[in-house]
Amino acid sequence: MTAVSPAQIASAVAASEPVLVVRDLAKSFGGVRAVDGVSFSVLPGTMLALIGPNGAGKTTCFNMLNGQLRPDGGQVLLAGRPITGMKPRNVWRMGVGRTFQITATFTSMTVRENVQMALISHAGEIWSPFGRARDRHREAADALLAQVGMAAQAERACGVLAYGDLKRVELAVALANQPKLLLMDEPTAGMAPRERIELMALTADIAAAEGIAVLFTEHDMDVVFTHSDSVIVLDRGRLIAHGTAEEVRQDPNVRAVYLGTGATSGGH
Amino acid sequence: MIDLILNQTLNGLASASSLFLVASGLSIIFGVTRIVNFAHGSLYMLGAYLAWTLVGRFGPTDALGFWGGVLLAAVLTGLIGVVIEVLILRRIYQAPELFQLLATFGVVLMLQDVALGLWGAEDKIGPRAPGFKSFVILFGNRFPTYELFLIAVGPLVLLILWLLFQKTRWGTLVRAATQDREMVGALGVNQRLLFTSVFAFGSMLAGLGGALQLPREAVTLHMDLSMISEAFVVVVVGGLGSVTGAYLAAVLIGILHAFGILIFPKITLVLVFLVMAVVLVVKPYGLMGKAPVGHQRAHGPAEPLLLPADGLTKLAGLIGLIILALAPLVAPDHILLTLTELVIFALFAASLHFMMGPGGMASFGHAAYFGLGAYGAALAVKWLGAPMEPALLLAPFLAGIAGVVFGWFCVRLSGVYLAMLTLAFAQIAWATAFQSVDLTGGDNGILGVWPSAWAVSKPAYYYLTLAVCAASIVALRLTIFSPFGYGLRAARDNPLRAEAIGLDVVRIQWVAFAVAAFCAGIAGGLFAFFKGSVFPTYMAIPRSVDALLMVLLGGVQTVSGPIIGAFAYAGLSEQLMKLTMYWRFVLGLSIVLLVVLFPRGLVGAGLALRERWRKEPEPAATLVEARP
Ligand SMILES: Nc1ncnc2c1ncn2[C@@H]1O[C@H](COP(=O)(O)OP(=O)(O)O)[C@@H](O)[C@H]1O
Ligand SMILES: [Mg+2]
Repeated sequence: MTAVSPAQIASAVAASEPVLVVRDLAKSFGGVRAVDGVSFSVLPGTMLALIGPNGAGKTTCFNMLNGQLRPDGGQVLLAGRPITGMKPRNVWRMGVGRTFQITATFTSMTVRENVQMALISHAGEIWSPFGRARDRHREAADALLAQVGMAAQAERACGVLAYGDLKRVELAVALANQPKLLLMDEPTAGMAPRERIELMALTADIAAAEGIAVLFTEHDMDVVFTHSDSVIVLDRGRLIAHGTAEEVRQDPNVRAVYLGTGATSGGH
Repeated sequence: MIDLILNQTLNGLASASSLFLVASGLSIIFGVTRIVNFAHGSLYMLGAYLAWTLVGRFGPTDALGFWGGVLLAAVLTGLIGVVIEVLILRRIYQAPELFQLLATFGVVLMLQDVALGLWGAEDKIGPRAPGFKSFVILFGNRFPTYELFLIAVGPLVLLILWLLFQKTRWGTLVRAATQDREMVGALGVNQRLLFTSVFAFGSMLAGLGGALQLPREAVTLHMDLSMISEAFVVVVVGGLGSVTGAYLAAVLIGILHAFGILIFPKITLVLVFLVMAVVLVVKPYGLMGKAPVGHQRAHGPAEPLLLPADGLTKLAGLIGLIILALAPLVAPDHILLTLTELVIFALFAASLHFMMGPGGMASFGHAAYFGLGAYGAALAVKWLGAPMEPALLLAPFLAGIAGVVFGWFCVRLSGVYLAMLTLAFAQIAWATAFQSVDLTGGDNGILGVWPSAWAVSKPAYYYLTLAVCAASIVALRLTIFSPFGYGLRAARDNPLRAEAIGLDVVRIQWVAFAVAAFCAGIAGGLFAFFKGSVFPTYMAIPRSVDALLMVLLGGVQTVSGPIIGAFAYAGLSEQLMKLTMYWRFVLGLSIVLLVVLFPRGLVGAGLALRERWRKEPEPAATLVEARP
């Protein structure tokens, strides 16, 4: 296992401020409080797992962090600067990469072109009307694909990939703007258990090596316990526990609402 | 002053009623079937024609004869709706939106020729309604009692609709289906019957709207398209699927027209446009509308991989260009004329393809920009005394600027909403050219737009056209494979992902819209000097549909498709026009058949065929494996 060593965490904590600080984040749909006064922070190079049963408000939380949804209240700070209510594209420009619960790729493009697209955007070349896009940032795209183990499939259409491979492509795309913060909504859903461990080990390695803060949601408790530095637990929009995986596992509240439901392993 | 205002308000309310009847029918049908019925204006027209005939037959002076005729006309229109639904729409509920719109446009064409065949080209003047022939004096003005009656019809129908929806089982089903289509299936309802009855009901409302206009205005063959574009405006402003919204918007538009004619007679439409603009900025899905849920290509097939042309395709393109370039050496002048036109249309189609294919924005009003290009050139000649060269340079800018303004609104919507709005804008452009007689000569057009001396000969003008169009098409092509073109495709494939990697989806689509308009303007400018004149018909809806058909015939997902489609379509339709006076009917029927037989489009049909071929060997293989 290639989990981050405690020494690394300690040095990161000492060296730096949190990448992401969330204060009192809230969002209601109609009468339903999907997210209700949630606060937490993520340090650079660390992995924070956001867990909770289906409908707990995890995706809503992600959507507010990357600007897809406007919060009803609360604050989001990225490296100390407020990004609350910014548009997704501007949040991305400030260094936030995201993968989606339902994979989102460009189906009319190859795997490499998907990554090139993000690199082109990052380089600010999107308005250039001439010159072949396929020839731009080719090496950088291949390097990112190699990093996530997709180099061999660079020429394939994104529309025909296996689900697990799509998730890898999304990771490569999310890494293209050298993010400070990576938001991964159920990155391993639909994967086989071994694949899950592999992908998250890979993510943890990259995060540690490049000092990226990672916030991810996950149903598979094995993955959570192996690959998170700390865990927060959401239930019906409220944060009910916060701590290391072990602390959270022992928390009576969590046992009652979450682990008690029988979803101890394997996910939904 | 006060009495004038009140008077115009009443006028506006009176004209709002028929508009409301048509728009609410359109809205209800959309709510349940998710089809935007382009032919709804045609049903309105049929209602008026049928009422004219029936009232004439039953005796126009007799109250029973008149009202009986009007009601029977509405019922008959409803029955025509049933025929259309059963024969055509029922087969295409699963087809992509664009194809549904096209099919119903095919019905528009067919019904136009049906009306022409049955009632002839002359306008029909209806009788006044018995019992409503007098005037009342209101605010010092004579006000026809029939207008007062019409004012009452709107709220009355609204009330009836409300009762129907709230108090009857059928109404409950319609509401349920509007909110959630799957739910109806779960309720164990006969979905076919529901859809047919809804379509019949909506058609009947349109027919009633037309029949009630009989004492008010002449029945003409142009009623269909002018009504449908106004109804689209009403539905877009009111909110698709909302009957109350349709009423509010119809009243708003009706009153605007009434006051516009009083205050700014020349720019009534500009006023309507401005109000629509304001509403759409504040509420993109209309006064009472809701944003469509999961509308963004959620269930459409994924876009297929697009690869740049291989060597063979490039070679074929080059050979084609060389053949076109050598044509004047052997071809006589009349062939050159046809070729010039085809080359212009190829650019027109390529410009539409640019926004429709990579951009994913289907415009039903692309002729507006073609026409504005033509008018740009003609106006420069007429008012600035410009020679051909600067006029040609100026032309695309008029179209491009219109593209910037109209596009700003259009790109905020998608799917059928976008299609309806592009159509409404095209109709506004058309009507502006038609109304501004001082500037554009109105229906008489602008004549005497001739090329400079060096380009007067047929081969010279052909070479000019070929050079400009080929260069523009190549530039569009390069753009499709440039970073911008990729960004445009990214925005189409997955707007969510595109925004999440820093792309400004709306702005990218806006620029693409303006570029497409600009290129259509280039084609339009060339067309003006080719014909020597421009007319409002250059911007009319049928020309927009021409462009759509060219693109669809060639295949939206291919880059060279529109060029091939333009040559195929323009060539075919010209032959068709020579063959029969009822070419519209034949064309409409072909469109309908095309959509019914290939609901996934020609390219989709091609793909399906290829899949079948690929799968052929498989059964054999399993047989072999199964043997031991
Ligand atoms: N766009 C929306 N409109 C209305 N309710 C929503 C919307 N998105 C999420 N919800 C509701 O908010 C709650 C949290 O949903 P979500 O964030 O998707 O949960 P999770 O990702 O933890 O499974 C659920 O009750 C869900 O039904
Ligand atoms: Mg979720």
